[in-house]
Parts: sequence; structure tokens; C-alpha cells
Amino acid sequence: MANPARSILHVGFLLAFSALAGTGVMAITHYHTKDRIEENKRQVLIRGLTSVLPNVTYDNDLIADHITVKGPDKTGANKSLSIYRARYKGEPAAAVVTTVAPDGYSGPIKILVGIQYNGVISGVRVVEHRETPGLGDAIEAERSDWVFSFDRRSRQNTSPSQWQVKKDGGVFDQFTGATITPRAVVRAVHNSLQYFEMHREELFAVMENAGTADNQQKQHAAVSVEKQAETIKQVK
Amino acid sequence: MTSVRTIVYDGLWKNNQALVALLGLCPLMAVTATAINGLGLGIATMSALILTNAVVALIRNHLKTEVRIPMFVLIIASVVTVIELLMNAYLHELYRVLGIFVPLIVTNCTVIGRAEAFASKRSVHHSMLDGLFMGLGFTIVLLLLGAFREALGYGTIFRQAELMFGDAARHMVITLADDFDGFLLAILPPGAFMGLAVLIAVKKIIDKRILQGQRIIKVQNVQRVTGSNAPDIL
Repeated sequence: MANPARSILHVGFLLAFSALAGTGVMAITHYHTKDRIEENKRQVLIRGLTSVLPNVTYDNDLIADHITVKGPDKTGANKSLSIYRARYKGEPAAAVVTTVAPDGYSGPIKILVGIQYNGVISGVRVVEHRETPGLGDAIEAERSDWVFSFDRRSRQNTSPSQWQVKKDGGVFDQFTGATITPRAVVRAVHNSLQYFEMHREELFAVMENAGTADNQQKQHAAVSVEKQAETIKQVK
Repeated sequence: MTSVRTIVYDGLWKNNQALVALLGLCPLMAVTATAINGLGLGIATMSALILTNAVVALIRNHLKTEVRIPMFVLIIASVVTVIELLMNAYLHELYRVLGIFVPLIVTNCTVIGRAEAFASKRSVHHSMLDGLFMGLGFTIVLLLLGAFREALGYGTIFRQAELMFGDAARHMVITLADDFDGFLLAILPPGAFMGLAVLIAVKKIIDKRILQGQRIIKVQNVQRVTGSNAPDIL
């Protein structure tokens, strides 16, 4: 009678031991890689942010100086969106709005929109999408120049009816075999621009840690951002 | 006794996990739009196979039949998570491209299949070899299918090699045709099914040729021994 009980205990210990050993190995690896993984994510974010602010001078740490707002209702994305703010000598210079076009051909499209303080777009990049390869993926900067057609556009030089693809009477090209994708991106960019203009003052009003931060740290951050921008230029 | 030769032959050809056992097809089809993606996932899967086989073989005498499957799952999940963390840290760009398919190695039936069928009964040494060659056979299929689809779809081979080998590898890209618009179907999901079908068919044809070759040799041997044409023996 003691045998089954012992064997159940044995099995239990065996499982517990495996779970413990497995978790231990994972925990050790996690501990040793987590800084590097964080750093990698940061680098990816910095690269994205600097790529949409090509002609903007700023000296603050973009990542530290961001606010989270409730998304513009018109885009249909009611998730909270991050807005990164670029300042030069404390004065607002530009902002990067992260937005989501919910109506892509196959799912949401994540977009970074860089907007200068005067309301002119400095750059747009698509950071995540699941559009058809070879058709809809021309929205990627690596695949085609299409996304650069947003550069220097503003609500002043492009009227609301022009903020559309050519098929709908606007100024932006559509792709052969894919109209839904560029239509979604154009709409999302336009919405973020409208949102930015409407809320410009409040967006820059909230000073988070960056403005009051210790000067040395600020300079250090600015240098690292510049370095990052330089290396990206070299790579290109 | 399992000889090293049998392990190599089984892993690469006779019992190739992708072409014969048809295991792990979901990641196989999903990531092979380019050769580099295939190679990346292949190597990750191979590392997982070698490590889990080693661990399972190491503890094979302490396994209890009733709980061996949960233990395999625990081991595989731990090993794959470790690989995933390491890739995220040291091959971040590739990790971003492969996305969900790295953690999904856990569900690749090849891994648990080899643990159950091989590693739980053999020595650590042989189990690791089995993991290496089963993984290598899987990787080769991923790489071939990726190269095949990429060549048709983009007109290149090894594009985005820098994701894996760093910036120095940018010149590795082989452009087969300039200004090639691409045969879109090849890089879409149907292309994966067709490509895999072609690979399996090619393997079958080669197998058949080899078999015919062996028959001819056999017939010749028979003739030599009996001195007669004896096709009825076959």
C-alpha cells in the first residue's frame, strides 16, 4: 500500500524539480539579457523617431519627453497614443505622433508622423503592417518613395479635399492593385495632422521630466541622439 | 546499435522532418518568404532540438512513463524561451522579422517527437547528434524553400542578410534579375504550399531513382550467382 503513495510522491517531486530547474534557467537568462533587450527596443524607437524628423534641430531626449493622449476619435483608434516632443533650447520644435490606421487591407497599420511646430510634416514612416507583400507594402520606405510624398505637406498647402489618393480626387498616388492601403495611411496622417493643429499648445504645455531635468543629463541625451542620427545617415 | 551514419542519413534524408515526417510545417511555410528568414528559424529550431535532446537524454533514466510528456514540454518550453531571449538580445532585427515564430518552436512537433522517439532511449552523445542532423535537415529544407520562393518572388537570394550577419553581409545579396517585378504568388502563402510540394516531389523522384539503381545492381548480382536471367525473384 505504501508503494502507490511513494510513486505519486516521486512523480510529484520529479515534476516540481523540472519546473524549478526550467524556471531557474529562464530567470538567469532573462536577468542577463534584459538590459540588452531594453536597449535594442530603445534603439529601434530612436531610429524610427529620428527618421521622421530629418530636418528638425532639437536637443532634448525624445524618449524621455513623451506624453500619452487619448487617440483622435476620428481615426477610430481609441487606444492611447504616444506623442514624442522635440524641443530646441526649451522651445517646441516638432512632435512625433504615433498613430494607427485601423482600416488597412489586412489589419491596422502603425505609423509615425513627424510634424514641425508650424504644422508642416517633416516625415512619415510605417513601422508595422500586414499588407500584401508586393502590393500594399509599397508604403514602406525601403520599398518605394511613396511615403516621402507626405514630406513638407501641411493643412495650409494641401486642402482637405486634396488629402486623398488621386482616385478620390486628392494628390497622393495609389498603387496598382492596392488602393485601400494608401487610402488608410493618407487618412490616418491627415487625422494626426488635424489633431496636432487643434491641440498644439496643450501638447507642448505639459512638461515632463525632460524640461526640468539636470542639464548634464540633457546634453548627454542630446549627444547620443545626434550620434544615432549620424550612424543612420552613414548606413543609408 | 545506432551508428552515427544512420543518424546522419535519417536526419538529412530518410526521415527528414519536413519532407518525410511532415512535422513543423506551420513555421516552415510561414517564414520562408526569404532564404535568410528560413535560415534564421532553421538554426533556432536546430539549437532547440540539440539542447532538448541533450537534456532529455541526460535525465532519461529518471523519467517516469506517466509524466514524461509534461516533463518534455517543460524542458522544451524552457529551452525555447532561453533561445528566444538570446535572439532578442543579440539578433534583434532578425527576431523582429521572425516575430511570433520563435516562441512557437515550442509547438513544433519535431522537437517533442525526437525527445520521445529518440532522446528518451539513447545516450546523450547520440541524442545530440540526432538533434543536430534532424535540425540540419529541417534547416536545409527551410533554406531551399526560402531561396526558391525568394528567387521567384523578388529575383534575389539572401536579401536582408544583414539581419543575421551584420552590415558586412549586405554584399551577400545575389541579384538574379535586375528590374524584376517579382512573381507575387511565390512569396504569398500559396507559394509556400506549391514550393513544399515541389521539394517533396523532387525527393520522391530521387528516392525512386536510387531504388531502381539498387534493383539493377541486385539483378546483376543475381545473374552473376545463378547465371540466368531471373526477374521473377524480384
